[in-house]
Amino acid sequence: MHNYESFSAERAEQIISRHKDRKGATLPILHDLQETFGCVPDEAVVMIAETLNLSRAEVHGCVTFYHDFRKKVPGRRILKVCRAESCQAAGGNALIARAEERLGIGMGETTADGSVTLEPVYCLGLCHSSPAAMLDDKVYAMLDEAKIDAIVSEADR
Amino acid sequence: MSTRIFIPRDAGSLALGADEVAKAVAKRAQKDGIDIEIVRNGSRGMFWLEPLVEVETPEGRIGYGPVQESDVDSLFEANFFEAGDHPLKLGLVEEIPFFKRQTRLTFARVGITDPRSIEDYKAHGGYVGLKKAIEMGQEAIIEEITTSGLRGRGGAGFPTGIKWNTVYQAQSPEKYIVCNADEGDSGTFADRMLMEGDPLMLIEGMTIAGIAVGATYGYVYIRSEYPHAVEAMNAAIEAAREAGTLGDNILGSGFSYDMEVRVGAGAYVCGEETSLLDSVEGKRGEVRAKPPLPAHVGLFGKPTIINNVLSLSAVPHIIADGGSHYQEFGVGRSRGTMPIQLAGNIKHGGLYETAFGITLGELVNDIGGGTRSGKEVRAVQVGGPLGAYLHPSQFQLPFGYEEFSAEDALIGHGGIVVFDETVDMAKMARFAMEFCAVESCGKCTPCRIGSSRGVELLDKIMAGENRQANLAVLEDLCDTMKFGSLCALGGFTPYPVMSALTHFPEDFGAEPKRLEAAE
Repeated sequence: MHNYESFSAERAEQIISRHKDRKGATLPILHDLQETFGCVPDEAVVMIAETLNLSRAEVHGCVTFYHDFRKKVPGRRILKVCRAESCQAAGGNALIARAEERLGIGMGETTADGSVTLEPVYCLGLCHSSPAAMLDDKVYAMLDEAKIDAIVSEADR
Repeated sequence: MSTRIFIPRDAGSLALGADEVAKAVAKRAQKDGIDIEIVRNGSRGMFWLEPLVEVETPEGRIGYGPVQESDVDSLFEANFFEAGDHPLKLGLVEEIPFFKRQTRLTFARVGITDPRSIEDYKAHGGYVGLKKAIEMGQEAIIEEITTSGLRGRGGAGFPTGIKWNTVYQAQSPEKYIVCNADEGDSGTFADRMLMEGDPLMLIEGMTIAGIAVGATYGYVYIRSEYPHAVEAMNAAIEAAREAGTLGDNILGSGFSYDMEVRVGAGAYVCGEETSLLDSVEGKRGEVRAKPPLPAHVGLFGKPTIINNVLSLSAVPHIIADGGSHYQEFGVGRSRGTMPIQLAGNIKHGGLYETAFGITLGELVNDIGGGTRSGKEVRAVQVGGPLGAYLHPSQFQLPFGYEEFSAEDALIGHGGIVVFDETVDMAKMARFAMEFCAVESCGKCTPCRIGSSRGVELLDKIMAGENRQANLAVLEDLCDTMKFGSLCALGGFTPYPVMSALTHFPEDFGAEPKRLEAAE
């Protein structure tokens, strides 16, 4: 369960200055901002660019390049289900369809009540026990219908 | 003295319920007043037995598995803490054939020690390599690595000794060691297991690399999908600093080396070395044109060793036991051992470290036990999303770099994904193109545009639209991607596509071809 703070320039400033003297500080800053606010707000992009002496385009380009970084706050829980080959070999696609149907959303979408965001992931490194999924930071493997149902219910509580 | 009970904290074990089991064991032991100490070890790599609970006895460690939370009460009633009988009892863990048949050099400590304990690490041969390296001096270290025949375990198979020597020779006041832990290939998990199960060894390997080439700082770039590995590495770095094996004047040697973890952000292409370097520098992870090589112009423009987790982790053993010992294992130009990962629809999924030369069939059928579904094996993909699909008629193939390339395949990072007869190979070929389109960094045209055109072509072929003509275009496109792309993402995506087409033409609407017998 995530409890994101709403954006404040002061808080963003704190986070940016915590990392600004590290070499190649952009990614650590973006990760930290997203952990705090749930996403990387446009206001913060300007602040990073000014502090690190980069152009806004460079920082914006970085934010949009990486799949992890978001422009909008996600649902309270994030459910990632693996789409990669190993999980496909073990029946993962049918479980993805089942999760989509039960939540009433597609991959990359958030339920209307803001409780769950469903995302694809390409490998969680649990391929010895495919199919696999991750709810926030908790990992699950050897999924079957009963297990994915339980995870979806847990996410959508 | 309290009995030691081992319950892994490997993410694979956690995903199967190890935390819940550990909590239940601790609770019940307290309730019954039984004196136990729970050690959270790495995994032995036999994941169909996870969570694997082990009890230390004078005869060795006795395993029980796979244990679920609901089994804990019955385990206590069976006095498992005194190695009592129980339906889940497996006997001595080291006698389990899957484990016993391995040659564990890199994974020697994984699953055995407490990954957070420096004392445990030292008690099991830790820092023997580092101490020896300090005495040997720079040139002798590189000589040992060259002798070992170690080649890049990330997939490219470049001789590690040559890479190190190039960085050693480069004149620069500043050099870097970068560990590529962006293990994004489906079917691979060896880097993750190693960082979670024996992180101090990776740090030791990187430190030896730093001493060898005169680098004083390093980065481990770990993908964000591996939060447990990030946590384990950070804890180990902290522990190593406290123990004086990382930081200024290591073990009083005069050498200094320190390092930190950098976390990726979900881009598969950052597993490509130059794109990874750009990502550490805080940029978009775009591939750089080579030359210049990272060994000359690498991180922040300085000479840089960039090696995979498994390559760097092989180093302490090579230095401790000698390069000639390591090179005794293997076949042809593939020397030493490879931690092979068995994945997908497989009965015995897990990690199997063995000398190069074992056949693909032995790995899939004898060791892996065939499919989990019990159906026939139809295809295996070796080497991740960019690796070729192989047909069971190729199962006599020995596991080695040259042996696989001779068959238009690659061993990559050593992952084997097994598919049963329900797989649609045309869909898998389409997926390979789709994946490339999603993950392309966009810098070169063959990869960026080619992958999207590839998806469209495969859709047309599957719909039976102008099949022959479109197949010809697909082959042509694959040729362009293979030879025109800047890196392995666009360059190797043709492998899964073309191998699926060659070995499984019936899935693309053709008559099944007669398979030639294995030579």
